[in-house]
Amino acid sequence: MSRVRVLVGTRKGAFVLTADGKRQQWDVSGPHFAGWELYHLKGSPADPNRLYASQTSGWFGQIIQRSDDGGKTWHQPGTPPGEPTTTADGTPKGESNKFVYDTSSATGKPLTTHQWYDGTPHPWEFKRVWHLEPSLTDPDTVYAGVEDAALFRSTDGGRTWQELAGLRGHGSGLRWQPGAGGLCLHTILLDPRHPGRIYIAISAAGAFRTDDAGKTWRPINRGLKSEYIPDPNAEIGHCVHRIAMHPSRPDVLFMQKHWDVMRTDDAGESWHEVSGNLPTDFGFPIDVHAHEPATIYVVPIKNDSEHYPPEGKLRVYRSRTGGNEWEALTKGLPQRDCYVNVLRDAMAVDALEPCGVYFGTTGGQVYGSANAGDTWAPIVRDLPAVLSVEVQTLP
Amino acid sequence: MIRVVLPAHLRTLAHVGGEVRLHVEGQVTQRSVLDALEARYPMLRGTIRDHVTQQRRAFVRFFACEQDLSHEPPDAPLPEAVATGAEPLLVVGAIAGG
Repeated sequence: MSRVRVLVGTRKGAFVLTADGKRQQWDVSGPHFAGWELYHLKGSPADPNRLYASQTSGWFGQIIQRSDDGGKTWHQPGTPPGEPTTTADGTPKGESNKFVYDTSSATGKPLTTHQWYDGTPHPWEFKRVWHLEPSLTDPDTVYAGVEDAALFRSTDGGRTWQELAGLRGHGSGLRWQPGAGGLCLHTILLDPRHPGRIYIAISAAGAFRTDDAGKTWRPINRGLKSEYIPDPNAEIGHCVHRIAMHPSRPDVLFMQKHWDVMRTDDAGESWHEVSGNLPTDFGFPIDVHAHEPATIYVVPIKNDSEHYPPEGKLRVYRSRTGGNEWEALTKGLPQRDCYVNVLRDAMAVDALEPCGVYFGTTGGQVYGSANAGDTWAPIVRDLPAVLSVEVQTLP
Repeated sequence: MIRVVLPAHLRTLAHVGGEVRLHVEGQVTQRSVLDALEARYPMLRGTIRDHVTQQRRAFVRFFACEQDLSHEPPDAPLPEAVATGAEPLLVVGAIAGG
């Protein structure tokens, strides 16, 4: 029988939740990396035992962790304990922590500043990895979206990282500015049909696409409207919170923006709003049903300063029509006095039948639904604030 | 031997239990001690000082002999008691961190 493994990143460690295909009884392991912020963990689609984790700390900075056995053991890539500290040619190890912006003249156009909150120039400073996206085909290739916004790639299992500098260098980087969470690259979508096509999203710059595996990029924000920038229809400056794709229809993307739920049917060439009858179209995560490409999920949040559900009722909204027509999913979720948030990387779906849907809250609950959202139950209630949730469907 | 006391999180990363003892060539300074520490425990690179600039991370402090050495130049000699191994160099996470 199939199994699921839910990878949960929190403010104070990582947790791994496992269950059989019924998804009723759960084993909880953790905290792994106790005391550290785990912004994101994700498994390789090409090898489910290969996991990557972003471990970060205000004290000690960024650490990349890797597991080759499905999360039983972890190590920093390139520095397994007890091994020599340099490679045979004398190259020092310990490079898996190293994210250095590309300032070479050969690749991209090196940039020295982006915009600060007040519009003044501010130097690029690496802070942390927000999101890790393993390659669809190669377990040793993984992308990292970082703050201050840039895209890095490793092709050696996380031992070393190189920036795909064409993104920052394509021309608008000087005008990117931080959202409330920082200037973060938080979404990376790999197109399964066009191997060179990657979508990324940055808060608060917008969405971008490459068709040549990261060499050149262009903004894809036509149709987005944001009242908090001088020109609401500008090419860049939009605070995209999350984008989701169904692998069977990679040209159709769904976006939860700072305000507005949006959709494109042409790979980002143009977007239109599908907020429809949502009680509020502010929110962070958005995801797509594993088997129904037009069924999508959001968690409406009251507004941009009151980061909790409207009326204190935690409701997931589902649209079976690709947007515009939404239904509230409430069974098993608290319907009074609930003031948690659900962050942008904290929702995921499994590939079982029926589709499982999971999300984590800033209150430390991880909720799961084994029937596509019809009913919910808490898997755990009292973790540290949840930053990210990913799911692996295992044979 | 130079003695270095690491904070708990860095001991975990380095897979060490207690105090670290290092052989340091030449003058005993913050830089030479951290060079020796990172050579032996490369997983700590970037956690105490920046990979490129080599500047101390903002929320990391260096104490020894009941003094705060965090703002001493990296090439300034450490106190004699540290150089002789009588006292450890303490690497400490600032109270505002975490």
